Amino acid sequence: MSTEAIIEVRAVSKWYGQFHALKNINLTVHKGERIVICGPSGSGKSTLIRCFNRLEAHQQGEIVVNGVALHGRMSNVAAVRSNVGMVFQHFNLFPHMTVLMNCMAGPMWVKGVSAVEARQTALQFLERVRIPEQANKFPVQLSGGQQQRVAIARSLCMKPDVMLFDEPTSALDPEMVSEVLETMTGLARDGMTMVCVTHEMGFARAVADRVIFMDAGQILEEGTPDEFFGNPRHNRTKLFLSQILKH
Amino acid sequence: MLYQDTVEAEVLVHKPWFVATMFGVVLLVFMAFNLSGTGFAELMRPVIGEPQTSGIYGRFAIGFAIAVMFTLNVVLIGFAPLKLQIGIVWLELLLLFMAFFETFHLSLPFIGEKLPFLITQGVATTLYVSAISIVIASVIAVAGAVAKLSNNGFAYAIASFYTSLFRGLPLLMQVYLIYLGLPQLGFVINAVPAGILALSLCYGAYMTEIFRSGIQSIDRGQWEASRSMGFGFALTMRRIILPQALPVIIPPTGNQFISMLKDSSLVSVIGVWELMFLARTLGQKTFQHMEMLISAAIIYWMLSICLELIQSRIERHYGRSKMR
Ligand SMILES: Nc1ncnc2c1ncn2[C@@H]1O[C@H](COP(=O)(O)OP(=O)(O)OP(=O)(O)O)[C@@H](O)[C@H]1O
Ligand SMILES: [Mg+2]
Repeated sequence: MSTEAIIEVRAVSKWYGQFHALKNINLTVHKGERIVICGPSGSGKSTLIRCFNRLEAHQQGEIVVNGVALHGRMSNVAAVRSNVGMVFQHFNLFPHMTVLMNCMAGPMWVKGVSAVEARQTALQFLERVRIPEQANKFPVQLSGGQQQRVAIARSLCMKPDVMLFDEPTSALDPEMVSEVLETMTGLARDGMTMVCVTHEMGFARAVADRVIFMDAGQILEEGTPDEFFGNPRHNRTKLFLSQILKH
Repeated sequence: MLYQDTVEAEVLVHKPWFVATMFGVVLLVFMAFNLSGTGFAELMRPVIGEPQTSGIYGRFAIGFAIAVMFTLNVVLIGFAPLKLQIGIVWLELLLLFMAFFETFHLSLPFIGEKLPFLITQGVATTLYVSAISIVIASVIAVAGAVAKLSNNGFAYAIASFYTSLFRGLPLLMQVYLIYLGLPQLGFVINAVPAGILALSLCYGAYMTEIFRSGIQSIDRGQWEASRSMGFGFALTMRRIILPQALPVIIPPTGNQFISMLKDSSLVSVIGVWELMFLARTLGQKTFQHMEMLISAAIIYWMLSICLELIQSRIERHYGRSKMR
């Protein structure tokens, strides 16, 4: 793992009105690193990673992505965003376009890639998530797991430097979770930098370089999976783990 | 069509209580009218004798005969497959409607003589006035909707003032205000542009609201996905949001188009030679008002039907990605 930082978060705070959603967050994501963020509902996990591509604005501190500082008046936000892939809990595929077009749209419209080339890339990544045969269907015609894999392919087509996942499996039926996790594991194996908000602890154990536990807008604890699962320091973490690993 | 239950119920028009009620109502209605002077009564002469003197018995017999025919007709149609049912009912209603026109004893040669001018001048003007207005109104609507959804104070204020004003004044008044009012400000404006301006502004205001609600109906996840890929505002709007909003926007917009086609008749008051204007004036000299009015009515209706067909085609086209 190189030490080159892709995302640097320094002393970041965020408020929703009066509500203090992120409290003094410090975090560095290095190139090639796989980070899993977990924590109870409402602890600010989504808020944090949505700050990484400025879907949300932070009010204090500094977030630097690929060397570009994110702030309110930046003119190059599109360039940053096109280098940061994001996969959502509810897929958010474009329902009026075929699967193939979903994957071609970004490269063609943002990067100015030719249709032929975009198509090639799209098919290549659809192959990679193992659904090339669905290319000409519309998203509603696919199962949840297939849709989420299309969403991953759509992000990959932009050739991002880092991928953000916000609970990518929590809207899926149990039997579809594994196909998405396998896809993500494959990505990790190929060296993609990833930040995943997920409660799939098996995935975290197998893939993560670092696990981060958030509670009430703060990073309470972080460490390698072995440290984190084997020897959690905080009572809050122990409680959370016992609840989530119970079943 | 509504989402249909798979449990089959008996057809309404075959239920005995419904048939009986229908029969009774038709009988009473036709007894209430005195039909003894009509051709139908003449046909009944063998049964009721001299129609004029047949009295209550004659009325009853006529009403009874009509009720039998009516009920039989409805019950029989009930057996036909859906498509055929719709076709037959349409046809019958159309025939009744024509029969109504027939009562005016229209002079067909007069219609034949004036019809070409009614079409080349009247329909042509109506069509191009409404077509241009529709295009301008749609452009205003997109801009207005975006302005109303923006958090720019000026844009919001201007757009909401505009929609409020132009939805709040009668269209007829807007036509007059623009045609007679603008010259006061130094802009002398011809009747046709004035009419187009009034129609565009008025319909632009209504369509702004339609477009705004259509845009708002799209899930915010679509914005987030677009933004996360680096799409800018205009691109997101054009390629992601509007295409998805269209299925929501099209049915009410189709209504607006149809209604605009007919409201374009209001510009006849400032002397534009469109369909309505000609319909009123062509028959004036010879007091053959009904001929022209009815011809124009039928033409308006046929134009509307064309728009309805176009609308349903477009709706079907956009229905594609919703199908499973
Ligand atoms: N747009 C918003 N306006 C106000 N408060 C918000 C908004 N979005 C999130 N919050 C609040 O911020 C806190 C953190 O929300 P966030 O969505 O980041 O939680 P999370 O850790 O992702 O939870 P979950 O596991 O349920 O997804 C929550 O208390 C939530 O109520
Ligand atoms: Mg969340």
